Amino acid sequence: MLLSRVAERVYWQARYLERVENTARLLNVFSTLLMDLPKGTKLGWHSLVEITGTDKAFAERYKQESERNVMRFLLAERNGYSILDNLAMTRENARTTREIMPTEAFEMINDLYYLAREKADAAVARGPRHEFLDQVISDCQQITGLLGGCMSRDEAYSFIRLGRSLERADMTTRIVDVGTGSLLESLPNVPGEPQNQAPFEGILWMNILRSLSAYQMYRQHVRERISGEDVVNFLLKDEQFPRATAHNLTTMNKVLKKLPRSSKVKWQVDRTRRLLGDGDIEKLLNKGLLKYIDELQKSLAATHAKIANTWFLH
Amino acid sequence: MRVNWKSYNPGKFYDELISSPGYARKPARRLASYLRSLTHEELLQKKTAAELAIKTMGISFTVYSDAGNIDREWPMDIIPRLIAASEWDHTSKGLEQRLRALNCFIHDLYNDQKILKDKVVPEELILNSGNFRKQCVGIKPKFDVWAHICGTDLIKGEDGQFFVLEDNLRVPSGVSYMLENRRVTKRVFPELFENNYDIRPVTEYPNQLFDTLAALSPRNVKYPEVVVLTPGIYNSAYFEHSFLAQRMGAQLVEGGDLVVEDDKVFMRTIDGLSQVDVIYRRIDDLFLDPSVFNKDSVLGVKGLFNAWVKGNVALANAPGAGVADDKIIYTYVPQIIKYYLDEDPIIPNVPSYLCTDKAQRDHVLKNLDKLVVKPANESGGYGMLIGPQASRKEREEFARKIKANPRNYMAQPLISLSTVPILGERSVEPRHVDLRPFILQSDKTHVTAGGLTRVAMVKGSYVVNSSQGGGSKDTWIIGDE
Repeated sequence: MLLSRVAERVYWQARYLERVENTARLLNVFSTLLMDLPKGTKLGWHSLVEITGTDKAFAERYKQESERNVMRFLLAERNGYSILDNLAMTRENARTTREIMPTEAFEMINDLYYLAREKADAAVARGPRHEFLDQVISDCQQITGLLGGCMSRDEAYSFIRLGRSLERADMTTRIVDVGTGSLLESLPNVPGEPQNQAPFEGILWMNILRSLSAYQMYRQHVRERISGEDVVNFLLKDEQFPRATAHNLTTMNKVLKKLPRSSKVKWQVDRTRRLLGDGDIEKLLNKGLLKYIDELQKSLAATHAKIANTWFLH
Repeated sequence: MRVNWKSYNPGKFYDELISSPGYARKPARRLASYLRSLTHEELLQKKTAAELAIKTMGISFTVYSDAGNIDREWPMDIIPRLIAASEWDHTSKGLEQRLRALNCFIHDLYNDQKILKDKVVPEELILNSGNFRKQCVGIKPKFDVWAHICGTDLIKGEDGQFFVLEDNLRVPSGVSYMLENRRVTKRVFPELFENNYDIRPVTEYPNQLFDTLAALSPRNVKYPEVVVLTPGIYNSAYFEHSFLAQRMGAQLVEGGDLVVEDDKVFMRTIDGLSQVDVIYRRIDDLFLDPSVFNKDSVLGVKGLFNAWVKGNVALANAPGAGVADDKIIYTYVPQIIKYYLDEDPIIPNVPSYLCTDKAQRDHVLKNLDKLVVKPANESGGYGMLIGPQASRKEREEFARKIKANPRNYMAQPLISLSTVPILGERSVEPRHVDLRPFILQSDKTHVTAGGLTRVAMVKGSYVVNSSQGGGSKDTWIIGDE
């Protein structure tokens, strides 16, 4: 028996925790991507803000889209979007559901929150940033692992999986969106070859794969040289890779079979799957990818709305 | 540097660890010699370890302040407080006796009112009480028990005997901290638990609480649905509500999770509505049901009271149980025990003066500088006057209040509370303590092994409430050898 309020909170706890991990990965990869690009390249730090969908809030606070401002905004500021605040919300949701999760899970979330509170400010600077982000990522994985290893496959766990999968599916579409959009455009031209961005494009796609821990798996399963089309196909449509959008939709479908009154949500997930399947990435890369991803994101947002309508308190 | 126990001097107070400087009391000898084997630095390291454990385990309480509500780590001193098992067995009999009598009293007040007719307790005292709920008249809860969970505050005076300071029959809190203090102490002093001491475990409490509650179920089902009703995350005891729900495997619900249909209580779940049998409510009477009590309450559930009246759901504690934890009623408890049980009280009350009685009131007004004056209906140590420590102006103000509303005040001599050592930055120092054991009653009765020891962390202070800077200690009931 699961209370609607509790279902809502564990769902959000999982989403926020996943968001923390994803944001930490992104910041990490961006910071290393910069090192691979020629000196003087103006990398769009602002892309990070776009990926997380927080452009408006950022613009209200900062005029300059500098590395420092973006880092402060996404790491340490108490603005509702930073890693620190997402952790605070993870903790708050965990604190109000601690009676149903393994005790150690709350203790670890609590510890991670305190760690971030202590170190996030300093990690705005490049020096300590990497170590901090690595710690956050590995702690998030530890928590996810603990829940997977110690929690009964009950309804509460189903809502954790639902939240996590939806967040992953959504985040991957955002990363593809920005990678194929503003990031690609901000790559430097090679002198003498005005239209040819190839040497850096490879680096970009590699880093995009890395931001989802997908590089190695891509290499093992795609076995082609890295091309934009293959990367986008892999990240959106692969069924095996756990951060690919398609895989997460499949997971959601499995979870939904175990939950009561799930037909409306299932309908929406199926719709999203069809939308995803219908897209011809090769063609879309030439024209229309932006709109396609936009549709996907809208459909994912509608999935959340249906979840909330079906099971949560209104 | 080793701790110098010879310089530990509680002065005129009864100290529970030592009988005179350098000499430990019998049950404390092993603890004292163990502590003596550690240097002060080692003790401070253990203190740091305990603080870290508390932070990691998320043991917290909420403090209300102008700056908003702050979730604070629970303050605990690592040196345990010891009570001999033989002394405790006697005391727990006294606590059971007291709760049995109080439950007879409450049931009588809402039904036959024999004790009023026999003029053992003055009728007007009850009828004027802000805690007498006339809506409860005529109701007969299961086992005739109204207060299922009671926290009784005990203190030791100059001779080391326990007195009852007050009974908390509404929503007493603190038991989770008793359990967590033990968990922390086990982490910090594992050596002492291994082979040295026969320390009574406290871990049974959540099971006993669940059994006590489950026995109240109106439906005769194998697994009654027991829930803990909390006002929510901003309540100072939220940690405890969540903790107890978790340990009992019960649902933790807020008012918004419950709904009443056909005088039955249901919770909103992802499957739809599901019936609730027993509610361990941690919300005050007046906020339980906006259709009967406080109309503005957003914490409660509309129709809940009626569902209880119809016998479709059990509430613990029952509405109206607070009528017996008024500080004026407290002064009558010895007579109440005699009246219902025909027994003498096993644990004495602190001698008290009633301001409703003219002679006693005059005595109080004349001796305000020696007495502690308490309002009938406050908790958490608020609104009281500690005469010997108060300014003249404060005493005069209280004299006015007493004259204006004598029913609202009682007074007691300032008891010199016993002391136990706490670990200070440079040395061990004596501090005053009280004890809150928890007593359960439905089909059976249970008393905790010890309880929550609260410590006034400030030198010389008697204020032990955590909301006002008090600390706590693990409490060990030590087997006699």
